[in-house]
Amino acid sequence: MTEPLREKPLTQNIHPGAEPLDLRAYVASGGYQGLRRALKMTPEEVQQEVIRSNLRGRGGAGFPTGKKWTFVPMGPAARRPKYFIVNADEMEPGTMKDRFLMEGDPHQVVEGAIIASYAIQADVAYIFLRWAYKLSSRRLARAIAEAREGGYLGRSVLGSGWSLEMHLHTSAGRYMCGDETGLLDALQGRRATPRAKPPYPQSVGLWGKPTVVNNVETVACVPHILARGAAWFRSLSHTGDGGTKIYGASGRLRRPGLWELPMGTTLREIIEQHAGGMADGLRLRGLLPGGASTEFLTAEHLDVRMDFGEVQKVGSRMGTGTVVVLDDRNCPVGMLLALERFFARESCGWCTPCREGLPWVVRTLEALESGRGEMRDMEVLDMHARLLGPGATFCALAPGAAEPLAGALRRFWADFERHVAEKRCPWR
Amino acid sequence: MLSEIEKREIAAHRGHYADVRAVVPEALKIVQGHRGWISDEALKDIADHLALAPDEVDSIATFYTIIFRRPVGRHVILLCDSVSCHLTGYDAVREHLASRLGIGLGQTTADGRFTLLPAACLGLCEQAPAMMIGEDVHGNLTPHKVDEVLARYD
Repeated sequence: MTEPLREKPLTQNIHPGAEPLDLRAYVASGGYQGLRRALKMTPEEVQQEVIRSNLRGRGGAGFPTGKKWTFVPMGPAARRPKYFIVNADEMEPGTMKDRFLMEGDPHQVVEGAIIASYAIQADVAYIFLRWAYKLSSRRLARAIAEAREGGYLGRSVLGSGWSLEMHLHTSAGRYMCGDETGLLDALQGRRATPRAKPPYPQSVGLWGKPTVVNNVETVACVPHILARGAAWFRSLSHTGDGGTKIYGASGRLRRPGLWELPMGTTLREIIEQHAGGMADGLRLRGLLPGGASTEFLTAEHLDVRMDFGEVQKVGSRMGTGTVVVLDDRNCPVGMLLALERFFARESCGWCTPCREGLPWVVRTLEALESGRGEMRDMEVLDMHARLLGPGATFCALAPGAAEPLAGALRRFWADFERHVAEKRCPWR
Repeated sequence: MLSEIEKREIAAHRGHYADVRAVVPEALKIVQGHRGWISDEALKDIADHLALAPDEVDSIATFYTIIFRRPVGRHVILLCDSVSCHLTGYDAVREHLASRLGIGLGQTTADGRFTLLPAACLGLCEQAPAMMIGEDVHGNLTPHKVDEVLARYD
């Protein structure tokens, strides 16, 4: 395997604590060159360039981005208006990477959204932003206004004859808004409940019109792919998935944080080198590789490369790539309870297994944590890990909740048994 | 009736969407910003202004986290209880907040100064445990730091 280029395109302009680049400074640093190159290509050529880059969606699912774009009806027969939406509703527990990108370099997100909109010939773009991200909101609003004044948005973008409007939409808060189809309903001013697929949003999306929804980090990669080419983007990675990745780590670590590293960096490098290892006196017991809805891994998996395929091989998912680390002074059952409380509270209530099953999981875990658990409770939990899995519900919330549940039972069975045998949480 | 300024602020967003319903979440946030919370009267004002049924507006108001259908204090504390904060000291911070303010989660202090609410992951995981007060974020919380932070809000 050849060594990746050690470049950091996504964070080259980001200096935490400082104001982000304004339009003039962003252009001076090479910004909007990707858009200029894209506008000289046909939309289909832009789609093909992104397909060749092996960019996969950074929201967690890892779907090939360029391929997603090819599902949008093109040409004069396509229904209009077409929409492009940046999913900036970051709410996966343990995940803070999109905030870092939006606060740090808002024009990079805006430029990526314009190029993606061009690739599908969208007429209107929305950035669907989480309400809690106040600083991102101010900075994105300013970047959009500057881009409009500079001719990068509005009528005939840079004289190309293609027009695009862009609006910042701030949500009112709910995990379901991050689900692709829940987001569409939220944006239409309805309760965020998932839609049955097919039809997929690429053909029937926002207000029934062709729509693409891409994650912030995905969108931030696009200007660089267009400016410097698909081959260069692929060479940033250790593995077959193109590009760099914004990895993060939280929990009781010496230096929790965020780092842009080659795609496919090992968990060991992220945790031991960049996060500085566990805080004093603590031992690593387990980890969630990419947010709350990924299966637990343990210390034996530290040499796994963090990309979409490699993490799947050991039974989990890279998800958002932001690692949450469990230390030996925190109770694994208690951690699982915190995770499942989140999912139970955020369930939109649309599908019965999720609405009814998750509170049951929470009550069972509460019984175990408070010393009222019985051995058969673990069978109840195991049953839920299967019944809440893929296929039983419209969206990925319940399957996401089932992943750490199944993982905790697999990796920490003895800890569950101790709760029952000792009739208390051994960590309290 | 909505005030002129409320109407003007809602109008600034109305043109962003193909359908009037889409402006409801923003309208609720705007009116809540002026009135503190969404009373039945506020709900009806918004519905009348947008020519929607009050129930339609309420279906949005009751679904989304940061729309308050009950009165809240001058400052709303949103305390993150998700996984990274759970692992790094959430329990101690919550207990300290509860004892300092004399209220539990979901309650408002008798003087109307603070409302304490649980919040899902605020995306501040590298500085966990964390909370928001109004628009401000506060990370790396300890009981001592909580005291310092609270003192800044009158």
